[in-house]
Amino acid sequence: MTAVIDKPVEPVKSVRQPGRWAAPPRPTWEEEPSRAGLAGKGLVLTLACLGILFPLWIVLVTSLSSRKTIDQAGGLVMVPKGITFVAYKELLSGGQVTRAAVISVLITVVGTAFSMTVSVLCAYGLSRIGSLGHRWILMLLLATMFFSAGLIPTYLLVQSLGLTDSYLALILPSALSVFNILVLRGFFMGIPQELVDSARIDGASDFRILWQVVMPLSRAVLAVITLFYAVGYWSAWFNASLYLNDQDMMPLQNVMIQLVQKQEAPVGLGQAIKTGELSGLAVQMAVMVMALLPVAVLSPFVQRHFKKGMLTGAVKG
Amino acid sequence: MSHSTVPRSRTEADTTGKSPVASGGATGTRPNRPKAKLSWRLRFRRDRVLLLMTLPAVLLILVFNYLPILGNIVAFEDYDPYASDNGIVSMLHSPWVGLENFQQIFADSAFWSAVQNTLVLFFLQLILFFPIPILLALLINSVVRPRVRALSQAILYLPHFFSWVLVIAVFQQLLGGAGLFSQLLRQHGFDGLDVMTDPNTFKFLVTAQSVWKDAGWGIIVFLAALSSVSPDLYEAAAMDGAGRWRRMWHVTLPALRPVIALLLVLRVGDALTVGFEQILLQRDAVGPGAAEVLDTFVWWNGVRNQDFGYAAAAGLVKGVISLGLVLAANKVAHLMGEQGVYKK
Repeated sequence: MTAVIDKPVEPVKSVRQPGRWAAPPRPTWEEEPSRAGLAGKGLVLTLACLGILFPLWIVLVTSLSSRKTIDQAGGLVMVPKGITFVAYKELLSGGQVTRAAVISVLITVVGTAFSMTVSVLCAYGLSRIGSLGHRWILMLLLATMFFSAGLIPTYLLVQSLGLTDSYLALILPSALSVFNILVLRGFFMGIPQELVDSARIDGASDFRILWQVVMPLSRAVLAVITLFYAVGYWSAWFNASLYLNDQDMMPLQNVMIQLVQKQEAPVGLGQAIKTGELSGLAVQMAVMVMALLPVAVLSPFVQRHFKKGMLTGAVKG
Repeated sequence: MSHSTVPRSRTEADTTGKSPVASGGATGTRPNRPKAKLSWRLRFRRDRVLLLMTLPAVLLILVFNYLPILGNIVAFEDYDPYASDNGIVSMLHSPWVGLENFQQIFADSAFWSAVQNTLVLFFLQLILFFPIPILLALLINSVVRPRVRALSQAILYLPHFFSWVLVIAVFQQLLGGAGLFSQLLRQHGFDGLDVMTDPNTFKFLVTAQSVWKDAGWGIIVFLAALSSVSPDLYEAAAMDGAGRWRRMWHVTLPALRPVIALLLVLRVGDALTVGFEQILLQRDAVGPGAAEVLDTFVWWNGVRNQDFGYAAAAGLVKGVISLGLVLAANKVAHLMGEQGVYKK
């Protein structure tokens, strides 16, 4: 490392290996940052991050608190005093919330697999410049970004297709995002044509080229788009409220609306909450943690690919 | 956009070696035809697998994005949802009333109140939300330690992936009548405060929720634009004696200008869509006076009151104006010399 320093070189007091948190050397023309500037930037950034983490911390801690701790704090708990998993145990021992969580997981897995299959196939089918009709199909897709048919006509259509009270109504109408298809297509188009051609000369079909050449080279963007679709299915509640009538079929988000927003007790746990074994507040928080945990755990792993994924989203003709 | 006449590179391989094109050429109608203008039939044979691959997506888009456009016919009908079990059959049997639904809507004060709420929210979000991701991106971009950068990005992106149900639940735990804020106020001898049900501050609450959820995610586009600026530009500016702030003004901001213009265009085109799910979830708590926007107006009249013709008419008004706004915003972007959503 040959960092150029324009101050007189002081004798090295302690030999510190540049840690993983250390700053890389600055270019010579750049001024040394002032202490006040650094402090100000650090403060703003810390506040922004705390503004996001603090509410989540409270939710997590309260969900892990006993009824006694919650009563002592007069509601939400900021500092944990003893951890108990009683709220989670009750919620996950069968009953309304367990069922809703299983339903949400299944819809997310099946829906994401379906959306990814259709989107990847379509993106590959449109990725060859000059193929027959690709411009027309592209226009067909792009135009949907400019208009929406409207809530009522869509509702009437789904209803007349006989999809009400079926989980298909939660998957099919919102299965595709044109934006995601375009991002995938942009990425596929960036794969060197020579690779595709040589596979073709070796006799590979389009399906095989997609599976064995194109997809292995596109892991980053595939991860990002899978996350986008999965989060979409996991977070969805509106279609369920629109097309499902049976309360037992509702996914987790809809159950969360009932429990947290409308402050209802989960079916079967009302007695336990009234008699004082279980805190209603801890139950609410536990449901919220169940809804946020999968997303919070998975999204940071995909984070480093976000920029790449978004950048290739630029529409190429 | 001008490659449409260039044959797919696969063509050469096919014409030199394999059967479809070669045999097509032998038995074909015009043996002397230039390679670049393959007949439609040959191109179909060559590309049929690709077309087959797009088929499922095209079908889904046609059925769920294009087919419902026809359903807007109910806006011109006195639609009776109970005329039959099937929505389409009911549509064919309902009486035609022409523009009557539209006349009623334009005379409905609830509709105009929804229009007003929508526009106020749009401008509020434009002023209070829009600049925040830009400022945050400049801040993150000036952080040089890679680890600090990655960590703060991970935290700032996180709420984007939460559902609206969760975001509103979090806000309720903080600002609701039984929330942390009220709890602290009460413990210090004040009255509790329920921000979640207060119609007066509702629009600021909605904006704050949007900022909490999506402002962090918004920086990603700006960071991408910033990372594409050549460091040479900064060095040259520094050599010419430009300090930090002048470098930001003369190098960084011009680099962001196309992105800012594009996002503004998109936002203006989408002006009448202001957080449907988010507002619908809170509509009952706050009341329609402050919380009804155009999308929830359509939902209330159609889904709740089963007045489908009336709701579809309101939706159609919104849809047509929105389409006009998108196209106009793009036109303005082109006039300003920016690219907009589509190219000229």
